[in-house]
Amino acid sequence: MTNSVIQVENLVKRYGDVEAVRGVSFNVEEGEVFGLLGPNGAGKTSTVEILEGLRTLDSGRVSVCGLDPQSSATELKHSIGAALQSTSLPDKLRVMEALRLFASFYKRRRDPEELLKRFGLEEKRNTFYSQLSGGQKQRLALAMALVNDPTVVFFDEPTAGLDPQVRREIYDIIEELRREKKTIVMTTHYIEEAERLCDRVAIVDHGKVIALGSPRDLKARSGGTTRIEVRLSKPETNGTLKELEGVIDARQVGDTYVLHSQRPPQAIVSLVKHLEAQGNDLISLEIATPSLEDVFIEMTGRRLRD
Amino acid sequence: MTNFLTLTRMRIQLTLRNKMFLFFSVIMPFGFFFLYAGVFARGIPFVVRYFLGPVLALTVMGSFWGLSAALVTFREQGILRRFHVTPVTPSDMLASSIVANFVLTLPTVLIEFLLARTIFHVTHFGNLVSAFLLIALGTVSFASLGLVVASVTNTMQETQIINQLIWFPLLFLSGATVPLANLPQVVKRVGLFLPATYLVTGLQSAVYWAFAPWSLDVLLALCSLAVWAILTFFLSAQLFRWEPESKIPRRAKLLAAATAIPFLLLGIWENKTNRTMSLAQAMYESLSAPSKSAPPADSRK
Repeated sequence: MTNSVIQVENLVKRYGDVEAVRGVSFNVEEGEVFGLLGPNGAGKTSTVEILEGLRTLDSGRVSVCGLDPQSSATELKHSIGAALQSTSLPDKLRVMEALRLFASFYKRRRDPEELLKRFGLEEKRNTFYSQLSGGQKQRLALAMALVNDPTVVFFDEPTAGLDPQVRREIYDIIEELRREKKTIVMTTHYIEEAERLCDRVAIVDHGKVIALGSPRDLKARSGGTTRIEVRLSKPETNGTLKELEGVIDARQVGDTYVLHSQRPPQAIVSLVKHLEAQGNDLISLEIATPSLEDVFIEMTGRRLRD
Repeated sequence: MTNFLTLTRMRIQLTLRNKMFLFFSVIMPFGFFFLYAGVFARGIPFVVRYFLGPVLALTVMGSFWGLSAALVTFREQGILRRFHVTPVTPSDMLASSIVANFVLTLPTVLIEFLLARTIFHVTHFGNLVSAFLLIALGTVSFASLGLVVASVTNTMQETQIINQLIWFPLLFLSGATVPLANLPQVVKRVGLFLPATYLVTGLQSAVYWAFAPWSLDVLLALCSLAVWAILTFFLSAQLFRWEPESKIPRRAKLLAAATAIPFLLLGIWENKTNRTMSLAQAMYESLSAPSKSAPPADSRK
């Protein structure tokens, strides 16, 4: 507790009548990659932007690097770096100029030249920001988050809107930072991203942390079961599906039935037998290995992707 | 301090790469220059000098367009947010844009003086110290006005509407286009509430009649512009918003209206005393009868 880089206790943030963050608590330890996973509008960005000192909180307690982001904003900003969501740079600013300019604001600096190399932007050093591709812009944003060699880095949806190829590039960069033991706080609504990159994940929904732990622990907690998703031509009751051999849990999410099983082959056989007996048809069947999606479905009855 | 300097450099670089800048800071002022000096003054040196006042004032006043547009664009596109995560302060952002604008306006002003000298053979320019001080304060204060406009508007569209609403009175009621002396009485009275009126008349009295900085007319213009510059800058820092979605509280709009106070007071006093009006009248009349009222040196040629 004492050497946590970030401490958040009962954080509340309101926008008018809307409570965007409703009593969020978590700690981030030095050298870990901490993820806030949740659907859009869950309050992830608000939480992170309060930690960065960009927004004020309505109640609760927050400390970053031992500082209060509200009362010691300027001091704090020297020790944090951030790649924000919905941000941009002047169109006619060149890549290298941007790195140099932002580095100039800090007491502690990293060599912009080295960052340029590391983020694969050497060939683009003299390119205007407006002429960069989405992936290049994002790599520049990540590089800029590191210009002051920060103690904590915040990445808000670092791969949102990028195509899969570029997304993997960004993953590689974050994994490299993780190996260097940088403390990173990131938000995402991609399960794959949270599972692959984060040491610990807080699953956030409607402004609350609904589960917190390492991806492995969270998955184990949800039973470590395989998810079978089926769509049927005629409705079934959750109750009867749950009774099937090999099925541990069944629930309806939208027009799909989500079954959990520790012995998938058995569950499928009994499901098919049951459907045949009922004269029901199988429209589709999908099998997914345990993921954080299961945790989310279990806690909220909804899918993360919606 | 270093943040302020690097930001200033960035603003200068960015402005020079912007095509809009070319229009507002180069084409438009020189367009006015040649229109006034060549057409209105018919190239007569001492009349050119009389019209140099309005030309310089227009060059200086244009500042508020560029600055309001730049700040709103920065906010709308989320560029300001990116600066907000750094130790940069609102004053750094605002002051750097004012200084960058000043640095970029000076060459235009200098070239206008040079053109007057080389093309229209104006041999002397009255009191250059007065002129320089008025130009400096005018640039800074109108730039701050632009920053206030940016602070009370949410979108570029709103900004441009307000800019138009400000620009036209400045253009037509201040003596910058139609000499004050030619305006109807009612319009004159309204004009006396505008900072532009004092800038135009002040610059005219400096360049045309060589009034010193400590002469009452120049001093009055300098002081009122200085008070106004401080007030507008202070307000723009108070109303500064980093986030595109943070809307302006209504209280802020009232605060912004406070920028009108200095010239409201001055306007009331001027409407009573008629000082500036009679000065403008006298200068205008001296154009047609230069011998009567202290002929400018090069009018004898």
